[in-house]
Amino acid sequence: MSDKAKMKIGIYWAASCGGCDVVTTHINEKILDLIEVADIVFWPCAMDFKYDDLRQMADGEMDVCLFNGAIRNSDHEELAELIRKKSKVLIAFGSCACFGGIPGLSNVTTAEESIRRAYLEEPTTLNPEKVLPRLEVRAPEGDLTLPRIWDTVHTLKQVVDVDYFVPGCPPTAELTGSAVDAIISGKLPPAGSVIAGNKALCDECDKVKKNEMRMIEFKAPWETEIDPEQCLMEQGIVCSGPATRSGCGAQCTKVNMPCRGCFGPPDGVEDQGAALLGAIASVVSPPAGKSIDDVFSGLRDPLGLFYRFSLADSMLRRTKISK
Amino acid sequence: MNKITIDPVTRLEGHGKIDIFLNDGGEVENAYFQVPEFRGFERFCEGRPAGELNRITPRICGVCPWAHHMASTKCLDDLYKVEPPPTAKKLREMAYSIYSFYDKIINFYFLAAPDFVVGSDAPAAERNIVGLINRVGVEIGKKVIATYKDSQKLLELLGGRTIHPVWGLPGGVSKGITDEQRKEIAEKCREYVDFAQYSIGIFHDLVLAEKKHVDVIVGDVYNMKSYYMGLVDEDNKVNFYDGHIRVVDPDGKEFARFHPRDYMDHIEEIVLPWTYLKFPYLKKVGWKGIVDGKESGLYRVAPLGRLNASDGMATPLAQKEHDRMYDTLGGKPAHHTLAFHWARLVELLYSAERALELAEDAETSGACIRNVPENTPSEGVGVVEAPRGTLFHHFWTDENGIVRKVNLIVATGNNYGAMCYSIKRAASKLIKDGKPGPELLNMVEMAFRAYDPCLACATHTLPGHTPLIVTIRDSKGEALEVVER
Ligand code: SF4
Ligand code: SF4
Repeated sequence: MSDKAKMKIGIYWAASCGGCDVVTTHINEKILDLIEVADIVFWPCAMDFKYDDLRQMADGEMDVCLFNGAIRNSDHEELAELIRKKSKVLIAFGSCACFGGIPGLSNVTTAEESIRRAYLEEPTTLNPEKVLPRLEVRAPEGDLTLPRIWDTVHTLKQVVDVDYFVPGCPPTAELTGSAVDAIISGKLPPAGSVIAGNKALCDECDKVKKNEMRMIEFKAPWETEIDPEQCLMEQGIVCSGPATRSGCGAQCTKVNMPCRGCFGPPDGVEDQGAALLGAIASVVSPPAGKSIDDVFSGLRDPLGLFYRFSLADSMLRRTKISK
Repeated sequence: MNKITIDPVTRLEGHGKIDIFLNDGGEVENAYFQVPEFRGFERFCEGRPAGELNRITPRICGVCPWAHHMASTKCLDDLYKVEPPPTAKKLREMAYSIYSFYDKIINFYFLAAPDFVVGSDAPAAERNIVGLINRVGVEIGKKVIATYKDSQKLLELLGGRTIHPVWGLPGGVSKGITDEQRKEIAEKCREYVDFAQYSIGIFHDLVLAEKKHVDVIVGDVYNMKSYYMGLVDEDNKVNFYDGHIRVVDPDGKEFARFHPRDYMDHIEEIVLPWTYLKFPYLKKVGWKGIVDGKESGLYRVAPLGRLNASDGMATPLAQKEHDRMYDTLGGKPAHHTLAFHWARLVELLYSAERALELAEDAETSGACIRNVPENTPSEGVGVVEAPRGTLFHHFWTDENGIVRKVNLIVATGNNYGAMCYSIKRAASKLIKDGKPGPELLNMVEMAFRAYDPCLACATHTLPGHTPLIVTIRDSKGEALEVVER
């Protein structure tokens, strides 16, 4: 195939843990197929490239860009806008880009509070003069700058238009492979699609429902014996399966751990946490002498449980900042 | 003063920015390596049930998720004062060894080897995995990919997920393996031992056989006399999963040996205003700034740090390669920063051998994989050797196990001071007339890549990987040159 016909692909990270970049290498032998038909023209985590090269690209010059990570500072936002301009197709890759992901949990606090906590209150940090990182520092030799951290973590689609969503924290290697196949073959689904399953995870989970779906108390997986055959929810262990999109292959429940919802809500569900709460409320059945409230009072940290990956994308989005 | 900015330092799992200030004579006055990301994990772990943290902390870093998962899981053992049964311990260490093997494949073949094998003076577009495959041949490339894939599948089988495992519980793991599976894993591990030896062979043939490379490794540019730290077993051999923390001084004499629970007596961190990453140092030596030597509290961790801080390797083939390395480098401790790459390969071999030992042990497929905690939680510490150094997790909870406070000292963070020192030293030795060529800058980056720094980890404080910018500024602070990589 001549170079002229080769596709141009980019991979970028914003506020990301790097897991989404690493999983891109888990397509393994497909890497060779990919580089046969496409040039990776921009992948700061794995290849030497200059941001200037990106700036100098024509608009729409990249055929596809996989964008992972959430948007947490002005640098991320700027790059997201630039990449949007340079890409024909922009894919939000991974739960952080799709829903804010785990870092979205910091939407319950402010940047200032997080900074105070990390630099002033950690027990091994010696800081009698209360030094904090500053946006501009006049060092003896010259000035140094740092970017400002926002209070609120944003999803990619909250700052630019997104064409496709590949959920997962990170997406599985199989799903990443299918996304790459779709890109290579040009057989992308209708714009706006989520590239994953479209049912609830329970659909692909092989734990057996014995139809004893009556939660009489909540149990944490580390506090109780777990029956490896039976549906975890039936055992009193909160599992996000009913409110989570399928497509991961039920990786967590396969090793007897409950789903925490990294694939986000299934088709037709707006707010994953609310949906999960609804699913649980419908099966809670308080034992004699106890009320529904009694049972729910045993549920620790509902916000962190129901919105583990999707707080930034939820109707709550963040807690109020009191100033 | 002249300032050189390198942006971005690519092929690093993270985000960094280097500023090099020159004086009127065009010589390096100072160099700053900034980490411009902050994430706030400490804060948002608060209020969560501690039992969930080993599924949250891995998101600090998708490169070292198993290290965070294990450190948090061990921290939960300590928090709930529950001892995992022997089978669970062996399973955890076996999985962790396989993870360590897998991680080192990424480092060697995807990140480090391109510099050596393709050549640090090769054009930027070729210094990557594709260039490497072109150089060593597609057949070998396929072998690398097949082994890499295999190890991913084993990690998924054991931990549920390769990246961000979910398997650890206080007192054990959520699923065991059958005898059959154990034997299959052992079969794979035998192949890993071969593969590790093969990789070491590549390093010897392509790197060590060339005098110019060896000269760079043992030369003066990449050298730092520092303390070294690592986890060791009862014989002072390197261990990734468990043991005591040992620190040796720049002469290789034991300076401290302590239980992980006592880490606060030995490590302290300082905040400098120009970066989001804190600088850890040895409390009993003190912070003297970014300087080397016995008077400076800076210490180094990760492969070279671990090997220097130990009396050797617990497996035979790795021990042999360990001896060969120190013979070439002129004894222990070795202060040569680029020897981190070699030490990492010694550890690649150790990981494979250790995983094999555990996979051959019938107890690893035992039935008892868990003790359910019964004690009331209050405080726990968990330490493992992450690929990039000693990793500390420390949780405090209320009696319901809700987290009140978390302290994290992450692997790469331990090396921060040393990285800053190494960058400045390399820059000073390489930039003489204020005009650095592109390969020169690449050589400054090599100082920093030797540590395989994982800045996602280091800034466990706000996810974000940023590559690096080096700015060269003149004596008036004007940017002379901004180099983006
Ligand atoms: S989605 Fe998960 S794996 Fe991907 S960057 Fe976010 S935390 Fe990391
Ligand atoms: S609730 Fe969880 S364990 Fe039960 S079927 Fe659904 S995904 Fe499986």
